[in-house]
Amino acid sequence: MLITSAGSNPAGCAACPVHHVQNLLKLGVTMDNWNFVVALAGNPNTGKSTVFNALTGLRQHTGNWPGKTVTRAEGGFEYRGHRYKLVDLPGTYSLLAASPDEEAARDFLLFGRPDVTVVVVDATRVERNLNLVLQVLEITDRVVVCLNLMDEARRHGLQVDDRALTRELGVPVVPASARYKEGIDGVLQAISDVAMGQFVCKPRRIQNEPPELKGAVAELTTRIASVFPGLPNARWVALRLLDGDERIIQAIRKGELGELGGASPAEPATTEAAHLEGVR
Amino acid sequence: MSTSHTAQVEGILSTARTLRSELGTDFHEQLVEAVFATAARIADRAVSRPGEKARPTLDRTIDRLVTSRVWGFPLMFLLFTVMFWLTISGANVPSAWIAWLLIDKIYPLLREGAAGLGLPWWLWGLVIDGMYLATAWVVSVMLPPMAIFFPLFTLLEDFGYLPRVAFNLDWLFKKAGAHGKQAMTTMMGFGCNAAGVIATRIIDSPRERLIAILTNNFALCNGRWPTQILIATLFIGPLVPAYLGGMVSALAVVGVAVLGVVLTFMIAWGLSRTVLRGQVSTFSLELPPYRPPRILQTLYTSVIDRTILVLWRAVVWALPAGALIWLTSNIHIGGRSIAEHLITLFNPPGLFVGLNGVILLAYILAIPANEIVIPTVLMLTVLATGTTGVGQGAGVMFDLEDTNQLMALLRSGGWTLLTGINLMLFSLIHNPCSTTIYTIYKETGSAKWTTIASLMPVVLGFAVTFLVALVWRLMTGAA
Repeated sequence: MLITSAGSNPAGCAACPVHHVQNLLKLGVTMDNWNFVVALAGNPNTGKSTVFNALTGLRQHTGNWPGKTVTRAEGGFEYRGHRYKLVDLPGTYSLLAASPDEEAARDFLLFGRPDVTVVVVDATRVERNLNLVLQVLEITDRVVVCLNLMDEARRHGLQVDDRALTRELGVPVVPASARYKEGIDGVLQAISDVAMGQFVCKPRRIQNEPPELKGAVAELTTRIASVFPGLPNARWVALRLLDGDERIIQAIRKGELGELGGASPAEPATTEAAHLEGVR
Repeated sequence: MSTSHTAQVEGILSTARTLRSELGTDFHEQLVEAVFATAARIADRAVSRPGEKARPTLDRTIDRLVTSRVWGFPLMFLLFTVMFWLTISGANVPSAWIAWLLIDKIYPLLREGAAGLGLPWWLWGLVIDGMYLATAWVVSVMLPPMAIFFPLFTLLEDFGYLPRVAFNLDWLFKKAGAHGKQAMTTMMGFGCNAAGVIATRIIDSPRERLIAILTNNFALCNGRWPTQILIATLFIGPLVPAYLGGMVSALAVVGVAVLGVVLTFMIAWGLSRTVLRGQVSTFSLELPPYRPPRILQTLYTSVIDRTILVLWRAVVWALPAGALIWLTSNIHIGGRSIAEHLITLFNPPGLFVGLNGVILLAYILAIPANEIVIPTVLMLTVLATGTTGVGQGAGVMFDLEDTNQLMALLRSGGWTLLTGINLMLFSLIHNPCSTTIYTIYKETGSAKWTTIASLMPVVLGFAVTFLVALVWRLMTGAA
């Protein structure tokens, strides 16, 4: 087991923001009795696996090429007395098109209902990465954006204003360089804040769709919301139905979507324990 | 679920269908455009480039060079030759040192200890001569080259070179009717075929994925380098003056690896035009930015993740294989050991394809782990030739540090340059190891494709070695 940092801190220390990382207890593959499920999404090759390793203490193989994570990896960590299960999703550019990777990532966000979704964003390619962030924000409110690769952005002479991004997106945006373990404390704090409801996300929704669309979306959203009260993403479901998404139509028919209105997060429908350890 | 609920759900779906037909077909595009426009507006506000410094051009310059039509392939070839050369020339000293420790120092101690305890000879023979020595050999032969090659490979991976290799090879794979991403899985196969087979999951199309699985074995995995390196050093190196020996041996190993890639293309081409016909999928491959590799972390993770894991697996297989080898050499039927009987049996077909009975038997005994082929070959050669003065007895693996002594032993076993060349070829083209076969079965879920993946390379291997032997005999006039 890969427990690397001390678990018992005096209560006084725990309150001090300087000691955030000391509050992190890396649990490796031990993740029973978790309080929160955290999903890790992002474009390919933005350093998701590096963030994953930094949080769990696992050593999932990282490599500088897109598409490296082929199975979903899971790990655990404990932060300030709460246990988190972290799920590393395959890297995708969007959640719209139908590649198996995108479907896996989307299904987990939709049916796995993570308590917090961390979207890892490449700070040198903010615009393209935001496409995915915006789509994730349509599915779930509780999002933390990890603005990774800040060191590279600096090297390329880019300035990325994380506070402006936080304002625009309505969710915490934390700058980081996971390769150098910078900003991990901020990510942890943000995950904890969102999970505990201390940061209330007001996610940016896509508004500038054509006017003739607006009416259709509004009509369908209202009807879905009335049949499935408590569904957090009725508008997104409406958009998918209008797009003729078979998977979502199926999910509605089978009642998979109906369960999402319930109070407790369900285990993902497509659970497939995939621990990468030991297969290389 | 109540009927009224079902009715409501169907109501929603039919409304959606109606609205959808009213909206027209460009709905999807409109939606994507809305997302893109929003993203662009936000990014515009949040990202700035003070001083309007132009994008660093170093990345572009490197990219232009390593993916150039003219320089891409020679650079790739050069880089891998240098890597193999560093591995070959750097591994000798630590290999000898580990062998000295495990075989010259610890082994006699274990034997003395066993004798002191009064254990029956067959028990310590099986455990110490069989299992311990097989493991010791695997560790001393495999650990140093892996500890050099894996970090080098990981540094290249970390730096961002691998996707460029895929980029360079993409059009070739496409021509062969395979998926461009197969370039990646082939690269992984150079580390370990089982890992390469698992990596084919990045290929979406089942047809192209199957091609990638069936041909991954032609990527020369690290378990086979020790064989390649030793045989190249023994047979190819001496063909040139001594100061060139190391480089020429490295080139020979690279040549075999390149032949493996060529075979990958040929088999993929054949498969995609016969049993696995279909369209080539297109995909986009993002060339990631170059990143300065973190040397220390890379060393650490590649040693832990790859070297130790691969070594551990090899050790796990070497233990039973060592026991089996010892048993076949020490159980006698009709005055001769089982191994001798088998060598006599395999000699005619072996010699026919320019190998010999010892090599074929070694490959059968070493199905669990390619790493122990060479020690098994040496051990069986001693047994078959009745050489005295080397090794420690029947079925005992041993190490010969002196190349001249090694050569003399192999020559007395009837080895020629042809045997050496064909052993290198056969080491490239034969059945996957048992771990890989099991992985193929798990990934394909099909006994049929697993059988094909296992047998096809063996048949091909015999065909190739036979052809080489034929040409050799025609050219040299030898019988």
